[in-house]
Amino acid sequence: MHNKTLAELSRSLRNKEISSEELTRLLLDRCNKFNKSLNCFISLTEDKALSLAMEADVKIKANNAGPLTGIPIAHKDIFCTHGIRTTCGSKILDNFISPYDATVVKQLESAGMVMLGKTNMDEFAMGSSNETSFYGPVENPWDKERVPGGSSGGSAVAVAARLAPAATGTDTGGSIRQPASLCGITGLKPTYGRVSRYGMIAFASSLDQGGPMTRTAEDAAMILNAMAGFDERDSTSVDREVEDYIAALEQPIEGLKIGLPKEYFDERLNPDISQIVHDGISELEKLGATVTEISLPSSTLSIPVYYVVAPAECSSNLARFDGVRYGYRCEDPKDLNDLYCRSRGEGFGREVKRRVMIGTYVLSAGYYDAYYLKAQKIRRLIRDEFQQALKDVDVIIGPTTPGTAFRLNELMDDPISMYLSDIYTVSVNLAGLPAISVPAGLLNGLPVGMQIIGDYFAEARLLNVAHRFQQVTDWHQKKPTGYE
Amino acid sequence: MLKQSDIKKIAWLARLEIAEEDTPGFSRDLSNILNLVEQMDHVDTSSVTPMAHPLELSARLRPDKVTETNQREQLQSHAPAVERGHYLVPKVIE
Repeated sequence: MHNKTLAELSRSLRNKEISSEELTRLLLDRCNKFNKSLNCFISLTEDKALSLAMEADVKIKANNAGPLTGIPIAHKDIFCTHGIRTTCGSKILDNFISPYDATVVKQLESAGMVMLGKTNMDEFAMGSSNETSFYGPVENPWDKERVPGGSSGGSAVAVAARLAPAATGTDTGGSIRQPASLCGITGLKPTYGRVSRYGMIAFASSLDQGGPMTRTAEDAAMILNAMAGFDERDSTSVDREVEDYIAALEQPIEGLKIGLPKEYFDERLNPDISQIVHDGISELEKLGATVTEISLPSSTLSIPVYYVVAPAECSSNLARFDGVRYGYRCEDPKDLNDLYCRSRGEGFGREVKRRVMIGTYVLSAGYYDAYYLKAQKIRRLIRDEFQQALKDVDVIIGPTTPGTAFRLNELMDDPISMYLSDIYTVSVNLAGLPAISVPAGLLNGLPVGMQIIGDYFAEARLLNVAHRFQQVTDWHQKKPTGYE
Repeated sequence: MLKQSDIKKIAWLARLEIAEEDTPGFSRDLSNILNLVEQMDHVDTSSVTPMAHPLELSARLRPDKVTETNQREQLQSHAPAVERGHYLVPKVIE
């Protein structure tokens, strides 16, 4: 039963082959069994899960169920959950019980989904390996010596190890797509403004976007149908009608124009990964797509630009953690500044401190023009190049990551190399575009993802292309061994 | 290259206590990050307008009406120290 996709479980529930309570108990047992080693959950919410499952069963019995009713899901611990601990992977929020639900949590609960627990993540979503979490690293189920990617590492692992059919993630520079790629699952980052950020703990507000992490594009479409939409409580939410992402899945992709950015296939890319992505593109060509080479020259600057914009925004967003109103407070502060400095110094981990300090520096008097303003100008160049390219092609395809999952501790003392693992994902956040990572192959037994980037609000098109790809390939069905 | 005194100043501006023995490490890491960022200098951006929002949208306004309910007690129940409805901090004024 745990090997079924979300779409298959949806049918099983409505055909009464299994009840939501049975399914939820089965998955909670798996979570309890495998979480000891995987460490993909920070909290399991068993009581809440069982009460939601029983409510769902009442609706299913009354034939009053939607497609997501009774289906378990794991939420990244960055989403606020009413009455439930919400840590964001940080010591500074270790004791924080959220007084409200994030809009995304509420939407999925209204659709009948059953929250299993809160997943592990890099502290405040700052990391690409899940190793910066206060709650310890997460194991990659494909190889226990390797990282699952990050920052949504716990969510990716929960789905990959078949502990949950779906999970929520957030993506500021690749935090949905990179772990999806490294764990062999499907992960979608929607257009900036498509999914509400209300109750999603802010890292870099102009880049953050929540999205689904699932086994298939079809499952992602089902979740996005419930997640997307305007929210007046998020000032950057876009007031625009939501498409039916399921309805578009089966459309033929004959005539689809694919652009391959030559900068994504240069010497920085592992040649074996390049081959896997090209093989994936050939499958789409067989379905009638055509391929042209394009150029995105400024995208090579996306990492430098990102490491100005994201830290700048994080340094102001994280100013709210001050030891006064909620969260961790140091012992015996001698004055107010001591309270601020020690609560933050003891509550934040090393990577968060690095980024808060970089952000503070680039925004400080005399440096603003040289760093922040300059970065926002190059950000426009990056966006304009994407816009220009997307006039001629429907989607842009390339690798999600330059390599497969790296070893635990391999990059922890080398922040720059860690940052470069997001080289193909951050430009998409800077431009605000949607993109999806789908499993496209295995290299030495480790998953490799292919990234499909689309124009603003082209989520339906991306899911359609990804679904068509998954109908003719079986990489998304490959699973790590040892989790039966 | 950021000096250790620069790190102490930045940490103070960010209200972050940094242990003395961690200062050299932060000095090295932050300098490396700024070196990476300096690749931006090679681009001529004199005629480019900075981008504030990818969709060129500006902030949405709403009528100035009270929409939230008063949850003072619930919200203060999460605070480390509260007294008579106020957040407690060390004495600020002598």
